[in-house]
Parts: sequence; structure tokens; C-alpha cells
Amino acid sequence: MSDLGLPASAEALRRIREDPHRLGHRAHGPQEPIQGAGHGVTGPAQKRIIVAYGFWIFLLSDIVMFACFFAAFAVQRGATAGGPGPQDVVEVPRVALQTAALLLSSYTCGLSFAATNARNKLWTQVFLLATGLLGLAFVAMEVQEFVSLASCGITPQRSGFLTAFFGLVGLHGLHVTVGGLWLLTMMAQLQVKGFRREIMHRLLCFNLFWHALDIVWIGIFTIVYLMGTVP
Amino acid sequence: MSDLEYDPHNYSSVLDAREDHAPGDEPHESAGHWVLNANLGLGLSVVLTAAAFWAAQADIIYGPAIPVALVVLAIAQMGVHLVFFLHVTTGPDNTNNVLALAFGVLVVFLIVAGSIWIMHNLDYNMMPMDELMRMAR
Repeated sequence: MSDLGLPASAEALRRIREDPHRLGHRAHGPQEPIQGAGHGVTGPAQKRIIVAYGFWIFLLSDIVMFACFFAAFAVQRGATAGGPGPQDVVEVPRVALQTAALLLSSYTCGLSFAATNARNKLWTQVFLLATGLLGLAFVAMEVQEFVSLASCGITPQRSGFLTAFFGLVGLHGLHVTVGGLWLLTMMAQLQVKGFRREIMHRLLCFNLFWHALDIVWIGIFTIVYLMGTVP
Repeated sequence: MSDLEYDPHNYSSVLDAREDHAPGDEPHESAGHWVLNANLGLGLSVVLTAAAFWAAQADIIYGPAIPVALVVLAIAQMGVHLVFFLHVTTGPDNTNNVLALAFGVLVVFLIVAGSIWIMHNLDYNMMPMDELMRMAR
């Protein structure tokens, strides 16, 4: 391009017009259509993009469902019917441990995808296994919490507040459990089939799912647990 | 070991830099970039989480400000996760992902804020419970 003999200022102007955000590639400006990029008449986008984008839409609708449970919790927060309130339910040390487990599992999940991108099967499996074990620790702590609450007579049917509490926290725990099962099948598929295209798509979607669960947990430990300790 | 002939990323000519990025994906980055992002995300998240757990029981913060501080810390941490774990960027290759996310955030906001608003209004306008019981008798 620069050997056209353009003055330096014209060259700079062309670069600014074609790459206004300095991304190292053209964002706007003149460009020929690329095959299979979903631009205009060139056919659909790649399957990797379609699959992950569809899963992104599913995740957002899943988060909308969580928002409904959050709204129910916010409305029912004071409806304790004379029973135990937020301060009687929350046990901060366990919540801190649960948060640490889930955050670390999100981290190892990100590392596993780094290993996936480097096509390293061993480290992908190691980090997926670490993710699964941390997720298992999280679910185990939550089950233990529910059991210890139930042994004190704190059960969902006691009051509107407890219904909303067990509904919201339990829905998240169910997601983590199902995600753990998905993770096991992904490890098995990766072991047997290797880094095939559809396996990569599924690993990408699993990565999105697991990080989204951690984002929901941020909302839960803040609004349900930490705000429950504030008088 | 792996079935590389099915892997489009090993033939980067198949992928064009101008294509959209799938959410959570950055096809042109090396593994080091991913590890760096994960480390940054973990570090910032640990700081924000520790700050939230500290603020919840801090004596030196004005009481009514604590919930506000907790919400601010939570939103900040969600942002950290979106950027460093989910790799959402402001670039043109992420426009579709960001638009979908913005719509999701709008719906979440409408559901939560709308529910709290409507139910508070109903609660405010409802006759006190003991009065209601007396009339029902």
C-alpha cells in the first residue's frame, strides 16, 4: 500500500479511516466481502460463531430467569412470618469458602480454555478436573448448609422469605450441579474424540456457562448473604 | 493425539480478522494472552470480593452506605468477569455480543426494579393486616 507513493499524511488518513479504533485490522471503510463471514451476500457466519452466539443468547435468558428469582427474593425479604430472618440464615465463613471455591473454579476454567487454544490435551484435562473438583466442593458446602438449616427447622415452607431464599440459592446450586455433569461428559468426549471442531464448540460453550454461573453467584453472595448480615 | 484436520484455527486463512468474535472467544490470541487475562481477572476479583466481605462487617463505614458499597463492588466484579473471563470487548467484532448483553441487562433491570417498585406500592396501599382481619370477621 505504502509503495503507491502517497504522502505520509494521506497514508495516515487512510489508516485512521480504515482502522479508527487501532485494532490492527479494518473495522469500517472499504472492504471486499469475505466468504462465510455473514457479511451481506457471502453466506452464513462460521459455525463456531453461530454456536457460541446462540449459547450466549441462552445464557442471557438464563440470567433473566435468575433475575425473576432475585426479584422474588427482594420482594419477600421482609416476609419472615415471625420466623428466622436473613441474619439467622447467613453463616459468613462458609459463604466466604464457597465464594473462594467458585472463583477459583472460574479461574481454572479460564486456564483450561487457554490450554484448549494451545491444543494441549493434558493441561486441558487437568484444569477441567480442577474446575470440577472446586465445583463439587462448592455444591457440597451448599448441601451441608441446607442440611444444617433444615435440622434447625429452617425449611422453605416456613415463610415467604425462606421460600425465596431456598429457591434462589437452590436454583444456582442446581445449575452448578448440572454444569459439573456437563463437565464430566466434556472430559470424556475430549479424551475419546480429541480437539475436533464440535468438541471445541462445546468447550467454548461450557466455558461461557461456568463463568456466567460465577457472575450469578456474585449477585447471590452480595444480595442474599452479605446484605443479610447488615442490620 | 488430536484430530487436527477438523480444526479451522490451524488454518488461519479460513478465519478473517474482520469476522465477528464468538462470545468468550479471541481466535487470534496466544495462550499467554489467555493466561494473563485469567490472572488479571482472578487478582481483581479477589481484591473486590475481599473488599465486599470486609465492608459487610466494617464498623467505620456509615451504616446505610454499606448496602450501596456492596452493590457497587458486586457490579464492579461482574464487569471484571465480563472483561477478563468472558472476553467481552468494545471492538466492532464484539458488537453483536455487547448488544445482546445490553438487552439482557435491560430486561434484568426491568424485572428487578419493576417488581420491587410495584410490590412496594401495593404494600404501601394495602390496609394493615389486623384491620383486614377485623373486617373479615
